[in-house]
Amino acid sequence: MNFSLSAEQQMLQDSISKFVQKDYDFDTRMKLVKSETGYSQDNWKLFAELGWLMVPFSESDGGLGGSAADLMVVMEELGKGIVIEPFLATTVLAGGAIAKAGTQAQKDTLLGGIMEGGLQLALACSEPKSRYELANVATTAQKNNQGYILNGHKAVVLNAAAAHKIIVAARTSGNANDKTGISLFVVDAESEGVAIQAYRTQDGGRAAEVRLENVLVSADQLLGTEGDALPVIESVLDRATLAICAEAVGAMEVIIQKTVEYTKTRVQFGVPIAKFQALQHRMADMFIEQQQAKSIVLMAAMKLDQDSADSAKAIAAMKSLVGRASRKVGQEAIQIHGGIGVTDELDVGHYFKRMTMIELLFGNSDYQTQRFSEL
Amino acid sequence: MNVDFSEQELAFQQEVRLFLKEKLPKDISDKSHNDLHFEKDDFVRWQKALAQQGWAALNWPVEYGGTGWTPTQKYIWNNECAIAGAPAVIPFGMSMVAPVIYSFGSEEQKKKFLPSILNSDVWWCQGYSEPNAGSDLASLKTTAVSDGDDYLVTGTKTWTTLGQYADWIFCLVRTGGPEVKNQQAISFLLIDMKTPGITVSPIYMLDEGHEVNEIHFDNVRVPKENLIGEEGKGWTYAKVLLTHERTGIAGVANSKVALEQVKELAAQTNHFGASLMDTPAFSHKVAQLEIDLLALEYTELRTLSDVSTGKAPGPESSILKIKGTEIAQAIDELKMEIAGNYALPFVDEQFAHGYEGPTVGQGAAANSAPKYFNHRKTTIYGGSNEVQKNIICKAVLGL
Repeated sequence: MNFSLSAEQQMLQDSISKFVQKDYDFDTRMKLVKSETGYSQDNWKLFAELGWLMVPFSESDGGLGGSAADLMVVMEELGKGIVIEPFLATTVLAGGAIAKAGTQAQKDTLLGGIMEGGLQLALACSEPKSRYELANVATTAQKNNQGYILNGHKAVVLNAAAAHKIIVAARTSGNANDKTGISLFVVDAESEGVAIQAYRTQDGGRAAEVRLENVLVSADQLLGTEGDALPVIESVLDRATLAICAEAVGAMEVIIQKTVEYTKTRVQFGVPIAKFQALQHRMADMFIEQQQAKSIVLMAAMKLDQDSADSAKAIAAMKSLVGRASRKVGQEAIQIHGGIGVTDELDVGHYFKRMTMIELLFGNSDYQTQRFSEL
Repeated sequence: MNVDFSEQELAFQQEVRLFLKEKLPKDISDKSHNDLHFEKDDFVRWQKALAQQGWAALNWPVEYGGTGWTPTQKYIWNNECAIAGAPAVIPFGMSMVAPVIYSFGSEEQKKKFLPSILNSDVWWCQGYSEPNAGSDLASLKTTAVSDGDDYLVTGTKTWTTLGQYADWIFCLVRTGGPEVKNQQAISFLLIDMKTPGITVSPIYMLDEGHEVNEIHFDNVRVPKENLIGEEGKGWTYAKVLLTHERTGIAGVANSKVALEQVKELAAQTNHFGASLMDTPAFSHKVAQLEIDLLALEYTELRTLSDVSTGKAPGPESSILKIKGTEIAQAIDELKMEIAGNYALPFVDEQFAHGYEGPTVGQGAAANSAPKYFNHRKTTIYGGSNEVQKNIICKAVLGL
């Protein structure tokens, strides 16, 4: 049993931590949030140079090893700065699907592109009516002699507007909710028939509704085996869930620090409000929740790295707990800050917004609790 | 980073399982599994079996008879004991007074007291709390007035768990006068319960069990050789003890076993024509507890891992205490919910060993309400959960 970070993980953590502290203050982030692209391409290049974009990939794919524990370390640090660069969408979601299902040629171009920092991607698996059910795919891919014709509507596709290519889950056979018959396609964002309705997200990021109308894709754009994409999507989503939970653990750590600091400086009734036990115990509770979240994320990362039979169950447990913890810690942070906490000008509210959206992404706590019971 | 047991640890686990299978008396494990009452003799028999194996003193230094186990081994031990239904070792001698004696006591005191604790020949109880000194323990009023080679001890100690069996009591007493600051007036004194002037009166808990006592001291003559260390240092000694390694304080292993029991009972319980376990409202609660417990297990493992790399266990033990007791209490609640209207019958005699009359209610659910009532104590004792939060505020958050 060993819970210490390896020397490599320690270095990775230090380098991201330094970036967040020195180059990613709140004002910088807010400028990026309001910018046209919604993130900094210079930062993205820096991520590539520093090797961070290689973290999620195995050495045989040209990456740094791709362990879940490494991913956890990266995301926890990014969470401390609520970094909005599309690391999750490009490397973990889309990159994860390619690493899992791609041919050597697809990996060479696409993963190579990601790691060099030149390629932005998105994974489009949910739909307006699917909510959290990954098998609930109504988008169709009809085979013809040139390849496939895609029709459908993909919902809340993270990073779709910036993506050069969008990986689309579509049904090559069967009915919505069938476990088989789902396939993945690497679709050029510029393809004819692809309409992207881009928007900002509540937490400062970018996403889009992606509508596909008779989009023609060639057979070599199929990612993985036709009809067998569901296990790929499930496994990618499990890893992405780990990523956002680790991010939440980092965000919680910072929001607790900020709350504690604030109560030491805010004077009411002639004393710093930190003196009030009514607030102290709530901050102790926030700390306990965050520690529990950190523990369960660690557990889930280890289960994924062991390729354990109950890793999906571990992910469900993790998301259930981290979702509840994020909600409680976030709400308390705002309440303890008082009026300033509900303004746009203070960073705390933005941590709160990201933590809230993390709970709702990839299965909220109730959904994951039920999934835990059923697995 | 990994959570695997090494080859040696797996072998140790096997050794522990074999030992428990051979040496844990069947009547004792039966009592655990069926939530029957333990008697003094049950504890003593089990602890003597442990002593014989050299496994009685989990955390003592090896030179005094401790196991020398790593944190991981202790974790394995606690888990296996819970599964096997081994009763917890009564902590007052083994893990409360003994560490104070071997850390701060004289050579004579070590020789006199440690072997009989190790072998469970002497039963100890704890004299800390007083009627007016609960969470604010340092305000205790029991005095020890110097009288030649002795102290004369007068005052009242309370919540003395299993004090009715005790041969000895360790007490925090006030040796300094009112002018001395609270903490610096407190000394750590060992008192023979047979000394004249001591009376023990029972306090009955909500389950009507006689578990705790109030102990009155009326000019009790205690030789000064029973003082640990120096006068006025008692508070420091007691505090050092509290930061000592407290493996198993979270009760994870016991809660795991109890949750499995909940699942089994709920699966056999009717609810709107289906099993209670298949009812989403109920299964959701079970799942959330199971998840919280999983997180707590890893919080404990993180603490153990820190300890094994040489870091002192810090305020994490407060998290373990708070969450551990909250989860255990929530499991008690579920058991009572399962019992439903059968939580009402109070047929205490059926939980005594050897009862052969007709039973009322089913299995552990039948005893759920008394357990629920009794276990409300867990968030209050050992430093109430509010005091634990104060510790977190001070030590971690710097408030």
